[in-house]
Amino acid sequence: MQDEKKLSIIAFSGDFDKLTAVFTLATGAAAVGWEVNIFFTFWGLDAIKQQQGRAFIGSNWLTRMFGFMMGGLKVAPTSRFNFCGAGPRLFRSLMRKNNVATLEELADAAKALGVNLYACEMAMHVLGLKREDFIPEVKDVLGVASFLKFADGGQTLFI
Amino acid sequence: MATKTLDITKEHCPMTFVKTKIELSRLQPGDTLEVLLTEGEPLDNVPRNAVEQGYDVLSVEHVAGSTHKVVIRK
Repeated sequence: MQDEKKLSIIAFSGDFDKLTAVFTLATGAAAVGWEVNIFFTFWGLDAIKQQQGRAFIGSNWLTRMFGFMMGGLKVAPTSRFNFCGAGPRLFRSLMRKNNVATLEELADAAKALGVNLYACEMAMHVLGLKREDFIPEVKDVLGVASFLKFADGGQTLFI
Repeated sequence: MATKTLDITKEHCPMTFVKTKIELSRLQPGDTLEVLLTEGEPLDNVPRNAVEQGYDVLSVEHVAGSTHKVVIRK
């Protein structure tokens, strides 16, 4: 039964707004004592890359192009109204004006609160990324079976 | 037995109780944390979350305007 205080989030999206939701939920749950797991897959892997900003990371020219376009949290696009990069800048300034935590602050708080960060093995191989390309706080590289085991008994969200 | 102060009057959810939780986790048993916060969501959530996680809320008092002070002991 789902009575355990556990939240598992599949972070599929690499969008600024959706990642903000991922880290807000993760830090909020962790702050009230829940066990929190985040499984970063596909576009979500962008959020846990060590290289901030655009760089040609990858195993061949195609994956290096993707590595360049996906430049980490700093340049994450909004899912709507991106306007070629103006979107995140607009929303960040709105959030700053209202003194709402930034995406980076939320990600740092999540690490400080012991949120478990996992990278998806399949997506890693497709995008030509290695374990060393990710931040050190990533606890492990998992396949879907292991993640489902970790998520069992708690609530799972797909963002 | 140290006392630390945390001012979260300018913070919004979730950083209100997130910052409180991080500060509380850094305390030694017996230390206290004085949290300055505003009415509304922080005042509703911070003391309750502290109790739920096993800390002692020693007092909740009104300081001035919409600012309140919550004293929590580990």
